[in-house]
Amino acid sequence: MPNMSLTKNPMPSQDPLVRAHNFNEVAIGYSEEIALDEAQRCLHCKNMPCVSGCPVNVHIPEFIDKIKEGDFEGAYQVIHETSSLPAVCGRVCPQETQCESKCIRGIKGEPVGIGRLERFVADWHRDHSDQKPEPAPFNGHKVAVVGSGPSGLTCAGDLAKLGYKVTVFEALHTAGGVLVYGIPEFRLPKKIVQQEVDNLIAMGVDVETNVVIGKTLTIDELFEQGYEAVYVGSGAGLPNFMGIPGESLKGVYSANEFLTRSNLMKSYLDDPVTPIMKGGNVAVVGGGNVAMDAARTALRLGADNVYIVYRRSEEELPARREEVEHAKEEGIIFKLLNNPVEILGYNNPDDRRDPKNGFVTGMKCIRMELGEPDERGRRRPVPVEGSEFVIDVDTVVMAIGTSPNPLIKNTTAGLDVNGHGGIIVDDNGATSKEGVYAGGDAVTGAATVISAMGAGKLAAKSIHEYLSK
Amino acid sequence: MYKIVEKVSLNPTVTMMQIEAPLVAAKAEPGQFIILRVDADGERIPLTVAGYDREKGTVKIIFQIVGATTEKLNHKNVGDYLQDFVGPLGVATHLDGLKKVCIVGGGVGCAIALPIAQKLHELGAHVTSIIGFRTKDLLILEDEFRACSDELIVMTDDGSYSREGNVTVPLKELFEKGETFDEVITIGPLIMMKFVVLACQPTGIPCTVSMNPIMIDGTGMCGGCRLTLNQDGKKVTKFACVDGPDFNGYEVDFDEAMSRGTMYVAFERHAYEEACNLFKEVK
Repeated sequence: MPNMSLTKNPMPSQDPLVRAHNFNEVAIGYSEEIALDEAQRCLHCKNMPCVSGCPVNVHIPEFIDKIKEGDFEGAYQVIHETSSLPAVCGRVCPQETQCESKCIRGIKGEPVGIGRLERFVADWHRDHSDQKPEPAPFNGHKVAVVGSGPSGLTCAGDLAKLGYKVTVFEALHTAGGVLVYGIPEFRLPKKIVQQEVDNLIAMGVDVETNVVIGKTLTIDELFEQGYEAVYVGSGAGLPNFMGIPGESLKGVYSANEFLTRSNLMKSYLDDPVTPIMKGGNVAVVGGGNVAMDAARTALRLGADNVYIVYRRSEEELPARREEVEHAKEEGIIFKLLNNPVEILGYNNPDDRRDPKNGFVTGMKCIRMELGEPDERGRRRPVPVEGSEFVIDVDTVVMAIGTSPNPLIKNTTAGLDVNGHGGIIVDDNGATSKEGVYAGGDAVTGAATVISAMGAGKLAAKSIHEYLSK
Repeated sequence: MYKIVEKVSLNPTVTMMQIEAPLVAAKAEPGQFIILRVDADGERIPLTVAGYDREKGTVKIIFQIVGATTEKLNHKNVGDYLQDFVGPLGVATHLDGLKKVCIVGGGVGCAIALPIAQKLHELGAHVTSIIGFRTKDLLILEDEFRACSDELIVMTDDGSYSREGNVTVPLKELFEKGETFDEVITIGPLIMMKFVVLACQPTGIPCTVSMNPIMIDGTGMCGGCRLTLNQDGKKVTKFACVDGPDFNGYEVDFDEAMSRGTMYVAFERHAYEEACNLFKEVK
């Protein structure tokens, strides 16, 4: 008998007031009992609408059936057929706008907790199975993948399954891209990313760290080295700033820098080797998932107060609902309909050597109200004249997006980019340069992990077709 | 892992190392930099390339022992390995078409200025080099500069060797004598570069400076290395890692760069002391 409960089994999580002070994972994950109960909510619809909502088309009802049978390893194998990173997706995908948004159970009540079940299955596999994936027989073709983020890893995994010899080139010292430098430990433990990378290596994928494509090697040189196709998944690039006075004061970070220091360089440890400003009052400017990650990281680093400063209202916050709720539970203060106009710094005119000189002391904001809808239908925020006020802060984190990295475009003749610098691709992920495919943030600008994975998957298919001709 | 194949102490606080890194050596040009980590979980630090041997596949770095990471680096010896070594990063110094150039180097910055002077010399340009140090004991690379310079002026702040004074003194004298250059290229402490730029200003001679801000990834991702340029009255944000490290000295906001460079002074001093104590205990 299906479980006709209208609500999902809630995700067991660390208490908000406890987790606000540690970097352990917020969500603890379903137990076997909860997973079995939640799986019974799936009706296994014939037309499987959920699958069409998944950018990598995981066979959702099929893996949930395996859970119902208690065959958790079987469930993992079903997911792994189409997804290279189940443990990652189960944690960071916005399921509410993808698979779960199509779930029939969602018409009356809550959809099946597909993401939570996916995570359960991936974690069960990690804890109980020592089955390592094996390399497929070599098909005689070499492919290079630029970037080891979600897009590159997915593309590499899919190609490796087809017998390609794949080399992934990573600019940083650790593979994983945004999964290691951007997404914090408390949302995605780094050991889980490492395990997914290790699985790819077991499948025969080579991962070369410390190679910056566009600097150490160019795309053309990769072809000269015998790679027959190249996938560019180099991710988003330089952080945007607002262009207001005071953004170069000490204590102003881009979200990329703040998160990279904490995540990749482990500044969150008690005695770090890479410094980061800890404590005090912190303002994070922006309303996306990255802003939520930065705010919650600042809190865990010991901040007294953390503010999210966003120029529109709660309804327009681009972050996932769940992340906003988590942030609120932990005590992040939302200052909505406010826009920074200036960052203020300490300046002692009598003592130029005063060590406090040049550090942030506050941020001047102006209140906003929502006016007419813009071209995307979002109501445009308009400043309320004369409503400026100052919040006392020591650290400001700008989380207002990124612009594409110029390194590959500048060194690859024949690779067309759009006005924003994003690489132009066709419906198959092919760029203007023969044999070069691209996807993820390098094409779209900042987006989600799963859409980057979808692009990597599409490109793997296209590269396979291209090299099978 | 990247092997240390040569190590020479140039003076009590400055060390030269040759590192086996064939991919970097194949591409490196004067003015570019690398990022290294000494050991796993170590800090990423940028160092400008001081030389390269494409055939041997080695890259030369010259560093001053100023903090915890450079202290750890200096305790590595020939045959040891560095955890990470990535590059070449940044844009190479533009040298094409230059016929007569003045190179102004200060302290350990001379290590970075040298390959530029050498390359210009190779290209047949007339090279005047002015190199300055606090005191005689800190002097480095004098013979190397002499070999590639048509004229070499060595300065020490305290007059303990060669001429007394800072590097702007002879530079201004050259200008007063009516000497002119296609370009002045200066590399050294920010305060020195700021005054070299001021000295050049009345002449209108192009003045290139090499910036060395705090960096993490060095590939155009974190934005920590940003600096402000004043271009035609407008403030423009640039990133030293992908737009630089060379910039038009007349445009750089040096005061801001100097302030940003001190962001972690307290942390760094503490980390350095801890590293020194650790090595003392080991001894």
